[in-house]
Amino acid sequence: MSTTDTPVEIHDLVKTFGTVRALDGFSMTVRRGEVAGFLGPNGAGKSTTIRVLLGLIKADGGSARLLGGDPWADAVDLHRRLAYVPGDVNLWPNLSGGEAIDLLTRLRGPVDPGRRADLLERFELDPSKKARTYSKGNRQKVALVAALAADTELLILDEPTSGLDPLMESVFTDCVREATDRGASVLLSSHILGEVEKLCDTVTIIRAGKDVQSGTLDDLRHLTRSTYTADVTGDPGDLTAIDAVHDLTVSPVGDGGVVTVSFSADNDRTDEVVAALSGLGLRRLVTAPPSLEEMFLRHYGDDVTGSRTVQG
Amino acid sequence: MTGTWTLVRHGLRRDRLRIAIWAVAASLMFPYGILALDAIYPTAADRQVRADLVSTPAATIMTGPGYGMEDYTLGAMTANEFTPFVVVAICIMSILLAVRHTRAEEETGRTELVRAGVVGRSAQGVSAFVVVTVANLAVATLSTVLILASGAGIDGSAITVVDTLALTSGMALTGMAFGAVALVTAQVTEHARTASGLAMAALGAAFVVRAAGDIQETHGSTLSWFSPLAWAQQMRPFVDLRWWPLALTLALVVVLLAVASTLSARRDLGAGLVAPRSGRATARPGLRSPFALAWRLQRASVVAWGAGIGLLALLSGTFASSMDDMLEMVEGNEAAAAIFGDADQILDGFNSVMILYLGLMVTAFAISSISRARAEEQSGRAEPLFAGPVARTRWLGAQLAVTAVGTVLVLVVAAVGLAAGELVAGVGNDVALDVAVGTLAYLPAVAVVVGAVLALYGLVGRDLGVGWLLLVYGFVAGLFGPLFELPEWAMRLSPFYSVPDVADTDPTAGPLIILTAVAAALILAAFVGFRRRDLTTG
Repeated sequence: MSTTDTPVEIHDLVKTFGTVRALDGFSMTVRRGEVAGFLGPNGAGKSTTIRVLLGLIKADGGSARLLGGDPWADAVDLHRRLAYVPGDVNLWPNLSGGEAIDLLTRLRGPVDPGRRADLLERFELDPSKKARTYSKGNRQKVALVAALAADTELLILDEPTSGLDPLMESVFTDCVREATDRGASVLLSSHILGEVEKLCDTVTIIRAGKDVQSGTLDDLRHLTRSTYTADVTGDPGDLTAIDAVHDLTVSPVGDGGVVTVSFSADNDRTDEVVAALSGLGLRRLVTAPPSLEEMFLRHYGDDVTGSRTVQG
Repeated sequence: MTGTWTLVRHGLRRDRLRIAIWAVAASLMFPYGILALDAIYPTAADRQVRADLVSTPAATIMTGPGYGMEDYTLGAMTANEFTPFVVVAICIMSILLAVRHTRAEEETGRTELVRAGVVGRSAQGVSAFVVVTVANLAVATLSTVLILASGAGIDGSAITVVDTLALTSGMALTGMAFGAVALVTAQVTEHARTASGLAMAALGAAFVVRAAGDIQETHGSTLSWFSPLAWAQQMRPFVDLRWWPLALTLALVVVLLAVASTLSARRDLGAGLVAPRSGRATARPGLRSPFALAWRLQRASVVAWGAGIGLLALLSGTFASSMDDMLEMVEGNEAAAAIFGDADQILDGFNSVMILYLGLMVTAFAISSISRARAEEQSGRAEPLFAGPVARTRWLGAQLAVTAVGTVLVLVVAAVGLAAGELVAGVGNDVALDVAVGTLAYLPAVAVVVGAVLALYGLVGRDLGVGWLLLVYGFVAGLFGPLFELPEWAMRLSPFYSVPDVADTDPTAGPLIILTAVAAALILAAFVGFRRRDLTTG
């Protein structure tokens, strides 16, 4: 069994369905032991990428390497070393959840019954119910238990928590951390930003089949803006003179001539911005680091300003 | 009741094609039967032979109480012989429609969406029943038109407008009654499949009660009256019409609807009256391969098809005892001879038609079995297997293996059933053996159909209904090809044509080898294609 430092390596991947280019030169890398977030809205190409990695569909161009092998030609051997949780889990209606779990884990190899029982307990899943009676969340738990029951090198998770409640999400978070602690790598596709911020070491953002940004969360944050809300007594018009300040909104003048300003500013100009604010008779200052949401909106939302004004 | 009308329009819009196909397919039975029997039995004397033929207990199972046997007009035939098929067909249609618009909607959660709107509690059930009613009226109207168009002009057919309307309204009400049965079963269980299964079981029970009752006495015994399926025929249309049995059906519909409405008011949305059973917490040790999974998913349907086809084969076999009557009939009747063969080969002719029927039914099983592969892929249920260490060829091989095992089992049951039935009817051991072997000889032809379905699935991921097309074509060509003198190449398009006839005293293995080779080539193409193509979901 060969280990590799980059379990997933994708370069310039292209996949077309008819006239639609679902993947249009997409690249991303997952390094060993890291949790790589894969972020994008519905239809951006996340599931298509994962289906190429799993050898379910064949790429039209570019290259994809999975655990050092070819995901299409070596599919069966590679799949022994990974586990997959789809976003939309469909199970056999007549089989119980326990039967589905056993079938899926046995196909991969020997099973540790203790681990299975432990996962069932943590996810609070009743394995004796027929799959047709499970809710979406419970079907997802079946897939999660089956995937986490074995020590695999790589976990590929396609929006795995979309049906889970917050309590179960935290169980899921623990399980992913345990997996990385024993050296597994994780590819986590999601459109839930909080989940990616909490779990991921690196993030790749996909838009219309292309990777538009990738790096560690810190890297990405550095490139972006923090938000500021401040109560000042001076004329906030001075702030417009600073070109690092964006999306400035000013409240009507309140008691004692205090106005509330809110804006975002480039992170590499923090010094200048704070200096300007203190020159305006600063009463109160709240700043927030850039959230993934903001990065996301900057890549997707063509009207970031508009939506933020609405939120006040 | 608020919103009922909107739901009715929505339901009819969803099912306009479905209802149209059911209506056409079911009511075509009438003109086909009337015209065919008029051609085969042109004179009153011929028709009396037919009356004797269908008076046997075995025939009574599939026909009815036998009114008008003393003067067996085309009208009496219509009521006695074709009506049972059409009634069963529209009962199945009504059950499927009723469940489709109630429990199936509820199970998928769509009802929740609808009921959250401005929609009354009973709107869904009422609108489902309206859809069922419309479908039955469509069948009744079309049947009325087709019966009158094909039969009213024939001298001595006894087919009048009033009798026809009585028959078709009796049929439609029977269909609605079983739609109402399905509305009741839909309240009982949480699952659509179980709900339609229960209603189908009720239909099956009604059929058995009617058949058992009608066998005991001509014109039906007391037992017959306990089956709603008997009531339409008990109106004696085309013989000595009486309307009052219609009231029985009407009363049953009203009672069942009241029961369904009471039950539905006592339960929560999405819940059934019976709590669902639990399954196993852990899988049996054997469930560890794609084959084991596919077998587990299909074994119940293999048993059901096997039992159904086996029983039918057994019953058909007992028909062999009426061969002497047929011999009489075929002598001097060219049309009947074209269908059943020459007089001296009458038993062989009967056998080859029966074997063709059974072969086609086994083919229907095989098509539905192999089509599961596509359903597994499309629904995404196969995805976790492909994402695990399961090679595509292994998975497809497992699907094919389960279809093969199931097909062989069902075919063997059919062969043994037919042979046993004929032995009971008194044929010699050698004939029974020929019949069994002749049935088994259909295996390569079934394999060709399976191969065609699988090849299209493997290459493009669709089957385009090719299996069902081949099946229907095989039926038409096999039964009517000789009558219409279809050219050789057109007959060859049906894989069933190449199966050696049971009457052939010196059959050669050549055609079977060719069929096997074609099947093997198609299956090979399927595997090659399936290794290369993208897998799809949804």
